[in-house]
Amino acid sequence: MFPIVAREEMAQGTVILNEIEAPLIARKAKPGQFVILKANEEGERIPLTMAETDPAKGTITVIYMVVGKSTALFKDLKVGEGYQDVIGPLGRPTHVEKVGTVLCVGGGTGVAVLHPITRAMKAAGNHVICVIGARNKGLLILEEKMKAASNDLRVCTDDGSYGHHGFVTDIVKEVLEKTPVQQVVAIGPVPMMKAVSAVTKTYNVPTMVSLNPIMIDGTGMCGGCRVSVGGKTKFACVDGPEFDGHQVNFDELTKRLRAYCTEEKQCYEGYCRLND
Amino acid sequence: MTEKMEKQDKKGRVPMPEQDPNVRKRNFQEVPTGYTPAMAQEEAARCVQCKKPGCVEGCPVSVDIPGFINLVTKGDFTAAIRHIWSMNALPAVCGRVCPQEIQCEGKCILNKKGLPVAIGNLERFCADYEREHGTGALPPKAAPTGKRIAVVGSGPSGLTVAGDLIQKGHSVTIMEAFHKPGGVLVYGIPEFRLPKAIVAQEVNFLERLGAEVKCNAVVGRTVSLDELFEEGYDAIYIGVGAGLPSFMNIPGENLIGILSANEYLTRANLMKAYKFPEVDTPIPLGKNVAVLGAGNVAMDSARTAMRLGAESVKIVYRRSRDEMPARKAEIHHAEEEGIEMMLLTNPVRYLGDESGRLTGMQCLKMELGEPDASGRRRPIPIKGSEFEIKTDLVIVAVGSGANPLLTQSTPDLALNKWGYIQADPETGKTSKRGVWAGGDIVTGAATVILAMGAGRAAANSIHKYLTWGW
Ligand SMILES: Cc1cc2nc3c(=O)[nH]c(=O)nc-3n(C[C@H](O)[C@H](O)[C@H](O)COP(=O)(O)OP(=O)(O)OC[C@H]3O[C@@H](n4cnc5c(N)ncnc54)[C@H](O)[C@@H]3O)c2cc1C
Ligand SMILES: Cc1cc2nc3c(=O)[nH]c(=O)nc-3n(C[C@H](O)[C@H](O)[C@H](O)COP(=O)(O)OP(=O)(O)OC[C@H]3O[C@@H](n4cnc5c(N)ncnc54)[C@H](O)[C@@H]3O)c2cc1C
Ligand code: SF4
Ligand code: SF4
Ligand code: FES
Repeated sequence: MFPIVAREEMAQGTVILNEIEAPLIARKAKPGQFVILKANEEGERIPLTMAETDPAKGTITVIYMVVGKSTALFKDLKVGEGYQDVIGPLGRPTHVEKVGTVLCVGGGTGVAVLHPITRAMKAAGNHVICVIGARNKGLLILEEKMKAASNDLRVCTDDGSYGHHGFVTDIVKEVLEKTPVQQVVAIGPVPMMKAVSAVTKTYNVPTMVSLNPIMIDGTGMCGGCRVSVGGKTKFACVDGPEFDGHQVNFDELTKRLRAYCTEEKQCYEGYCRLND
Repeated sequence: MTEKMEKQDKKGRVPMPEQDPNVRKRNFQEVPTGYTPAMAQEEAARCVQCKKPGCVEGCPVSVDIPGFINLVTKGDFTAAIRHIWSMNALPAVCGRVCPQEIQCEGKCILNKKGLPVAIGNLERFCADYEREHGTGALPPKAAPTGKRIAVVGSGPSGLTVAGDLIQKGHSVTIMEAFHKPGGVLVYGIPEFRLPKAIVAQEVNFLERLGAEVKCNAVVGRTVSLDELFEEGYDAIYIGVGAGLPSFMNIPGENLIGILSANEYLTRANLMKAYKFPEVDTPIPLGKNVAVLGAGNVAMDSARTAMRLGAESVKIVYRRSRDEMPARKAEIHHAEEEGIEMMLLTNPVRYLGDESGRLTGMQCLKMELGEPDASGRRRPIPIKGSEFEIKTDLVIVAVGSGANPLLTQSTPDLALNKWGYIQADPETGKTSKRGVWAGGDIVTGAATVILAMGAGRAAANSIHKYLTWGW
């Protein structure tokens, strides 16, 4: 078993943080890599990016949004309980180098994934500007940590309850108008990454996105995670999860993410009924 | 064969009892139910105990077939299984999945009349008898040598290496990327052909002998080969299989409803998705299913789809029946279960709707031309023969390649041009000191028994190395 040593609820209980004992993975993991977790014998294999690792303590931290049966089950795990299986580190680490100014854009739980990358970009000597967004103030996560990890943090909410009233793309445009930026990193819901990539394309700034297709093994043996990048099929678990946002076929990804929507609904409703 | 002929030919094979096709096509229980001791003895008595047995030549690991069959005839099943074990560590598996018709049974002298001794059925019987009636006593183990071996991959190849080396007194750790050990035996071959309890028991046997099984260990990611040496392992065996799915590379392949056989079978077998929603992993339920390819993997996929309630299941294959690479028994079982064979047909594009879901497939009719490099007649498209079939689930089972995950992280391991590891065919030694490899990652997708044979050869070589040096 991989025990949970610390647990936190964020964004009004819709987002959960688990710090998990996994010394072998903690020792090897780099920013941008993910793990696959399975709660119990009947459980599904669920990919989550590592938001933090502590090699000395031998722990990794995941931050996830509760969206269906498996993440709801994860939410119910208490400190001292744990996951039956944790596999990783998987995927290619983020390519971090000193390029000048980097603009990091995060939406929803994507901010958790963006955090270690932001920190690494700054540590590499880049000037890092961050834009993070959420639907409303209550759903915003990791604001303090992102502030510490970057040189300049901007916040927006869809409903205007906090920071800029509007989408992250508004601020991305504003920044790109005023400042020369060498690299954009955009991580969040697929529509957000699609929109940011469309904006940065017009400014011709290289843009990296992190894709989240449905996965099983995470080692390149099933092909379930295939995505189209520049007209070619890639396996996100081994070729990614990070890709050039200007090449990604986001519409295909959006459709493929809905492959099991009927089954997922059935499964989640069953679980909710059981816990009522 | 008609019933009358069967009665006339007193020496006909004792048929294997099987579940009725109409019942079994909707359940996941094993299809053949196994010989009774009386049936086994009757079948064993057909063996004429050849002085120069062709059957042994046909078996890649040279099981002493007349020897064990003689013991079955006498009713000494315990001695028979011990006899088999000396050459083959997984007879319960091999008896079920070896392509006997081109191996042992293919070379049996009685095959001249088309009725070879049912060697596979007998091997399976002995193993099952031992499992159900045996004492479970462990074989003797040599004194500890203090040497440590890491076996990467827990398929038949890795399990064989582990079993051999632990009995020679070495300490063995098996590292498996998945959360369950067994390789293809667990994630690929379905329950109705190889019950998972059998594989679990084989793994448990190794654990009782003292082998350590570490799951969730993706070698190349969680730990590298060099780090394993730094941790103090004296030798490493790589048996990671050929786990890279091939696709057709035709338009529309990323529509929802097109899965590699690896994905489909992993969902069904490893994740037990056929029990959804009792388990959390879903599997697409197709109404009109098409399976591309005609090997064992294709048959397993097609029969799984039938069991999951499909209205129709087609095998779509570009060559003819004679070239189908699957075991004869599987093709026969598949047809009995109502699976259609759409031969000399090749898909050219997939068709979908606005939501990105598969609705059909455009195919071409083929004809056979001159033999190609593989010696099989080359399929050639017939011009203007395009036609469409309606399908909502396509399972692509057209082969697999070398997964580069481990080899990419080990640059000093020599590969061939297809990415398979280069290893000495006699010993399994690779270009990297202290590292052996065998099974599908060396030969490309092959068979269980060949993977085990490679494991045994490597185990002998590793033992020599640990005793005498490289
Ligand atoms: C590389 C990678 C990293 C990820 N990192 C994070 C993260 O750090 N934080 C976070 O909140 N989420 C992350 N995700 C998404 C997360 O895996 C899904 O939200 C989760 O699997 C949903 O499972 P569920 O059973 O709770 O929901 P379900 O009801 O099963 O599904 C809800 C939606 O999640 C997606 N999904 C379902 N099953 C899978 C699966 N096996 N693999 C991937 N997606 C699936 C589908 O689009 C589905 O419509 C990541 C995904 C990938 C591929
Ligand atoms: C569906 C199907 C049906 C088949 N039917 C038959 C049949 O009827 N008869 C027959 O003889 N053969 C059959 N075969 C072929 C046979 O199963 C294989 O030839 C055999 O399993 C190869 O054994 P192996 O030990 O080399 O590898 P595998 O059985 O593939 O095992 C390799 C193991 O290594 C693990 N692994 C991979 N990468 C890593 C890594 N980096 N770190 C740690 N672990 C790793 C994998 O997860 C896997 O568990 C079938 C194959 C399939 C897929
Ligand atoms: S191991 Fe396979 S080929 Fe050899 S005797 Fe047994 S069934 Fe036949
Ligand atoms: S070839 Fe056939 S008859 Fe001869 S020993 Fe082998 S199994 Fe028996
Ligand atoms: S998840 Fe199976 S290949 Fe990527």
